[in-house]
Amino acid sequence: MTDAAYTSAEIMSVVAARHLHDGQVCFVGIGLPSEAANLARLSHAPGVVLIYESGTIGARPDVLPLSIGDGELAEKADLVVSVPEIFSYWLQAGRVDVGFLSAAQIDRFGNLNSTVIGSYDDPIVRLPGAGGAPEIASSAGEVIVMLRQSRRTFVESVDFITSVGFGRTGEGRPGHSGAGPTVVITDLGVLAPDPTSHELRLVAIHPGIEVGEVIDSTGWELKVADDLEVTRAPTSAELRLLRDLKERTAAAHAP
Amino acid sequence: MAEITTLREAVEELVLDGATVALEGFTHLIPFAAGHEIIRQAKSGLTLVRMTPDVLYDQMIGTGCARRLVFSWGGNPGVGSLHRLRDAVEHGHPHQLELEEHTHAGMATRYAAGASGLPFGILRGYVGTDLRGRAEVASIASPFDGEELTAVKALNPDVGVIHAQQADRRGNVGLWGITGVQREVVLASTSVIVTVEEIVDELDLEGPSPVVLPAWTIDAIAEVPHGCHPSYAMGYSTRDNAFYTQWDGISRDRSTFDRWIKAFVTGPSDFSTYRTAIEDGSLLGWAADD
Repeated sequence: MTDAAYTSAEIMSVVAARHLHDGQVCFVGIGLPSEAANLARLSHAPGVVLIYESGTIGARPDVLPLSIGDGELAEKADLVVSVPEIFSYWLQAGRVDVGFLSAAQIDRFGNLNSTVIGSYDDPIVRLPGAGGAPEIASSAGEVIVMLRQSRRTFVESVDFITSVGFGRTGEGRPGHSGAGPTVVITDLGVLAPDPTSHELRLVAIHPGIEVGEVIDSTGWELKVADDLEVTRAPTSAELRLLRDLKERTAAAHAP
Repeated sequence: MAEITTLREAVEELVLDGATVALEGFTHLIPFAAGHEIIRQAKSGLTLVRMTPDVLYDQMIGTGCARRLVFSWGGNPGVGSLHRLRDAVEHGHPHQLELEEHTHAGMATRYAAGASGLPFGILRGYVGTDLRGRAEVASIASPFDGEELTAVKALNPDVGVIHAQQADRRGNVGLWGITGVQREVVLASTSVIVTVEEIVDELDLEGPSPVVLPAWTIDAIAEVPHGCHPSYAMGYSTRDNAFYTQWDGISRDRSTFDRWIKAFVTGPSDFSTYRTAIEDGSLLGWAADD
């Protein structure tokens, strides 16, 4: 059941979903994180509690929302709270186990940039900005990052620290209650921080990917774990669930 | 005390050039009709405040209403960039836009402090980020255990604007579903405009998380059905996700944007043209070369 063909986006979602455990409380962003979290909920982790920053707690959407505040989320949630409350009583107070984040750039110490490419005052690209990411990165028990890997996105040092990983020089996380990024899931493999240096290193590669390709797609001198693993390919059952979910979603959002 | 009036009169009277104006609604209940009226009346020099400046602020920035933007996330949710916002920041079109940016938690805390009449709010946040140098925030030690925390300045807009499902004839406002910072912006602002889907005899408040804002916290109420489109009002409409997707193409190009604004916002005398276009499908059917 592991020989099915799959896309790079699909393996990212499947691998991320496998990192979520039943019963965990997960703060979810839109896009691949939402896809992965809902795949986990529909497969091995039916008891996972999904929280979207619009204040929907225990959301069980039938189709993936386009925005964090689609009616689909509010209608099928355990409760809906205000935005000040979601960030204070629920996230800041430490009730979230896992935060899922993406970004435009990540650096060797897991810091994330979703604010600006280039200089702040004269940007090359103005990105949407922080949203809820900085406090998710700070207060969630751990952070799972999902991001396609290239020299453009995996850089030596981010242009702007929107959300803290282990700091500009890898110094660690003073002032942050959560553990920070524990895994970074890409279209090529999985990176994780070295426990002492906090530098992201390659711990798994996806089937058919060469280590050299991952190194070439990284903007710093990427270290490779001695016990490098090969990701288990998505099963046909995982792919069927994911594709059904995406088909339902596409049909629901069509004009 | 709330006066039930027209949106045109409410904006004429309460939104002055140069004012600090917050139109709120977290994905849900975004006051598009009120924003369109501000554009129609060519208000200028505004400081626009909003946690999630999305398509509405793209329209207001692209038409030159804003001098300054205070925000925490500026994008088209699930779609991508706001092209008019980016054009203003990256190229100064139609003119320069000053930015003050925060995190969602920071903005929510600022509104809550404003609503509470406090000079600042407190949270754990901004530590180690480059936002710290860009936003008005400061470190503060807990007087009880010394923990280092972050203080953010209270937000008290001159005008707060929200959309809600209902108002009753006495001017009490009822809303439910995703409530965002609707209550906080109303209680933090000096004057308040509310557009509603419907004016009713009694608020029914049957959805999740009902909020009532009493008439004496509000200045002007206008009945504007669909006044939050392409956002939605739970119980009345669903989010027009197809329009959000289509906005990407409309907003990418300056002249297409200008033609769209003329067709649906500045050309018509009020919101009814836009509402008709939603209902008869011509809003989604609009093409740049029409």
